[in-house]
Amino acid sequence: MSQAVISSNVAPPSARNSAMRRLARRNSTTAFLLTLPLILLILCLVVYPFLYAVYLSMLNKRQTRFVWLDNFTFLLGRETFWDVVFQSVLFAVTAVLLKAMIGFILAHVLHALPAKGQRKWRGMLLVPWVIPPAISTLAWWWLFDPSYSAFNWALAGIGVDPVPWLGATGWARFSVILVNVWYGSPFFMIMYLAALKSVPDQLYEASAIDGASGWQKLRYVTFPMMRNIISITVLFSLIVTFANFDIVRILTNGGPQDSTHVFATYAFQVGIQSGDIPLGASVSLFMFPLLAIFAIFTLRGVNKRTKEMS
Amino acid sequence: MAQVTLRKVVKAYEGGVQAVKGIDLDIADHEFVVLVGPSGCGKSTTLRMIAGLEEISDGEIAIGGRVVNDVPPRDRDIAMVFQNYALYPHMTVAENMAFGLMLRKFPKDEIKRRVDNAARILDITPLLARKPKALSGGQRQRVAMGRAIVRDPKVFLFDEPLSNLDAKLRVQMRTEIKKVQQAVHTTTIYVTHDQVEAMTLADRVVVMNNGVIEQVGPPQELYHNPKTRFVAGFIGSPAMNFIPGRLENGSGALRVHLPGDIVLNVPESRTARYAALAGKEVIFGLRPEHLTEEKNLERPGFARFPATPEVTEPMGMETLVHFKMNGAEICGRVDPNAPAHPGQPLAMAADLNNMHILDPQSGRVL
Amino acid sequence: MSSTAASPTPFVPAEIKHGSLKNERRWAMIGAYIALAVFVLFFMIPPFHMLMTSLKSSAEIADLSGNPWIVRSPTLSNYWELLTQGNYMIHFRNSVIVTVCTVLISMIISTMAAFALARMKFWGSATLATGVFLTYLVPETLLFIPMFQIVGSLGLYNNLWAMVLIFPTLTVPFCTWIMIGYFASIPKELDEAALIDGASHIQMLLKIFIPVALPGILAAMIFAFTVSWAAFIYPIAFLVSSDQMVLTVGIVSDLIRADTFQWGKIMAGALMAALPPLLVYAFLMDYYIAGLTAGATKG
Repeated sequence: MSQAVISSNVAPPSARNSAMRRLARRNSTTAFLLTLPLILLILCLVVYPFLYAVYLSMLNKRQTRFVWLDNFTFLLGRETFWDVVFQSVLFAVTAVLLKAMIGFILAHVLHALPAKGQRKWRGMLLVPWVIPPAISTLAWWWLFDPSYSAFNWALAGIGVDPVPWLGATGWARFSVILVNVWYGSPFFMIMYLAALKSVPDQLYEASAIDGASGWQKLRYVTFPMMRNIISITVLFSLIVTFANFDIVRILTNGGPQDSTHVFATYAFQVGIQSGDIPLGASVSLFMFPLLAIFAIFTLRGVNKRTKEMS
Repeated sequence: MAQVTLRKVVKAYEGGVQAVKGIDLDIADHEFVVLVGPSGCGKSTTLRMIAGLEEISDGEIAIGGRVVNDVPPRDRDIAMVFQNYALYPHMTVAENMAFGLMLRKFPKDEIKRRVDNAARILDITPLLARKPKALSGGQRQRVAMGRAIVRDPKVFLFDEPLSNLDAKLRVQMRTEIKKVQQAVHTTTIYVTHDQVEAMTLADRVVVMNNGVIEQVGPPQELYHNPKTRFVAGFIGSPAMNFIPGRLENGSGALRVHLPGDIVLNVPESRTARYAALAGKEVIFGLRPEHLTEEKNLERPGFARFPATPEVTEPMGMETLVHFKMNGAEICGRVDPNAPAHPGQPLAMAADLNNMHILDPQSGRVL
Repeated sequence: MSSTAASPTPFVPAEIKHGSLKNERRWAMIGAYIALAVFVLFFMIPPFHMLMTSLKSSAEIADLSGNPWIVRSPTLSNYWELLTQGNYMIHFRNSVIVTVCTVLISMIISTMAAFALARMKFWGSATLATGVFLTYLVPETLLFIPMFQIVGSLGLYNNLWAMVLIFPTLTVPFCTWIMIGYFASIPKELDEAALIDGASHIQMLLKIFIPVALPGILAAMIFAFTVSWAAFIYPIAFLVSSDQMVLTVGIVSDLIRADTFQWGKIMAGALMAALPPLLVYAFLMDYYIAGLTAGATKG
């Protein structure tokens, strides 16, 4: 192949550059078209509603007048709202802690089982997570029924007085947390189990030869390897639990005396049921700062994990 | 007609790092060319630019006389065999081979004819209905080659195709690749980091280092007449010994002064070539096979010197001895019956007919 | 053993220790099974009680003298009445329509987007991937009030199809996120081989990526199905007439009239509503779990 033949085929550099650019442009056009539905979905059905919520929250009840931050200051001055804040935090923190602990224990116990039995047990333990919560909560509601409670019947058998599961403030708070723990523990279990399985056996063997006891293995091998998954799961669950709606709505609808309301159910009551949309929007927006902090930490954990995995 | 021509080809990444620094290469029709070099030398990048998988930052690549810089891979009429085979896991062997033809809308009977033919050449006819998962490494390798053959392309590109196989299979597949290429006679560019593969397969070997071509030539030429210290050290195993020394004119003959007061006479056949270097610091290069135990041979060009091996490695047909010459690590190859023991002096002989003298500054072989 | 007993050697304590190690392990296993049994019991109480109640007649439910945990004269009348009278079948059909549409829309949007995000570097692609993840973290309870206004202004209030429009916001971000992970795990050489074989980007997606990532796609589909089947807050906020309702809200609204709770039918309806996810879970457990855990382990 001689130089002459080549040069006869050579396009001038500028023409070639533009051909190259055209190719690149076509590629990014394809990419843009492929992601366009996703972008539209995020912009129209997530970003826009959020901005609209901010706008709504600054209107008066009939949405005729701009009242700036009046709705927010009004809420901050109401005792019920502070009850909601307290109950939301109590509900989320207690439920997540319990779920994380139960999930951790179950994952460890499952991991120790022989592989054959593990599948069967895991299958049964995940059932609460599979049933839609709006549906399984109905069963709990029935179990907590003031006159027909099957729990109270069993308690009566051992001589304990009937418990007002949903009727007294303390018990009602306990009950909504119990149901949330029942529903959410399997999620923690399965996340931890996946993480446990990803710890190479050789690390345990090496630490056994180094003389580590069972506890030390947990402390120095398992826990550091799982730290990221644990924090991602906890943060994610905090978001979901903090914003929970179904369980409280069905079990107590906020009662007794608004003592079990969380942000979502209170916003629903104020915004949809009582028709004060702007005030409801401001209630749910109060969740945003806390959720944003959780979300940022979750994202950081995920990015860190991605880097570790690659 | 499927020559491949590279003119001042450059691959630059963002931030100005150049993986390939302007290489020129002419590959003739039907030729089997192997690009060899250490990892990061730019050989794979060069191959991928020929394939169209990497953009060419500067320069030109032509296949069969047509500049292909802006031609997408599918229109370059090439076929490629990847290191991990890249077989489509959800397709059978036959479908894997047929996929490229199908996308090019070949008639069904033509596809079948070509697939059957390639399967016969590669001896994989019984595997046609299997999925890649059910194949051994060597079989996958054959299917990957089959996928290339059915296309009947202008150029075959191989990207380290054997490095995922175990040692024994590698030797076997090496022969296989050579046989296939001789049968189909397609221009082939083959990338490897293994100099043995390069030597055994290639019509011509291209040694690359740091994004430039160090030397191009037939395997034997590279072995006997390396042009640079890099090529001299890269081709051949164990590698050539390099010992700093000085050329001196003494008592009418040219001599190499090595550390440890060892003085070797340059054979007459080489004196004319090195005469001008007298009095200069040089690097003396000699392959291990030219550094043997003293065999009581009085032949011109042989020089004796004593050495004390630190480590001996019996290989069966020979024994490698490692010793130090004023700090420089030296390796020699001796007869398995020679009295080579660690720590015991051994009389060695250097075959200076095969010596090399290198410029310590430029690294060029003089 | 007899030789070691006769003349004590250093092996004796080792063997005793070995025995105690075995014992220790056995007790640990017994403890593990007890713990599991306790939790399985705790986890199974509500579904079990649901089943028992659903098999009882109203009279038996109202009778306070018997053990509520067992059923004395089982009857399928609750199920039969639900299936033949009232709006239960309409709710079921509505749930199926909404879920099928949501799954289809989610899969189309997220497969295309994930392919572009995993394989084609373009301006803003990294930001978009992060944005997708953040969107996934936005709970629907933050947006349902403005969404109420938006749906109303579109004239879709109390309309089933509003669900089809909104539910993808619950499913698409996570589906896209896990599919990016699955697509990214496909070796790059596979697309290069396809490029050389002559495939365009679209052919590569249809003929290589989708078949190869089928397990991931299935996991994402199951996720989308579960979420849209279980969605609650949008239906309860936007659907008011019984013929537009889906199962999660329909059961309660139709079977509770003022103060009369038809518990037998509620439980029967709830159980049948829980059946589709339970069946999917039972037959595709591995994909179900893969979808559940992929978000954290894949990326």
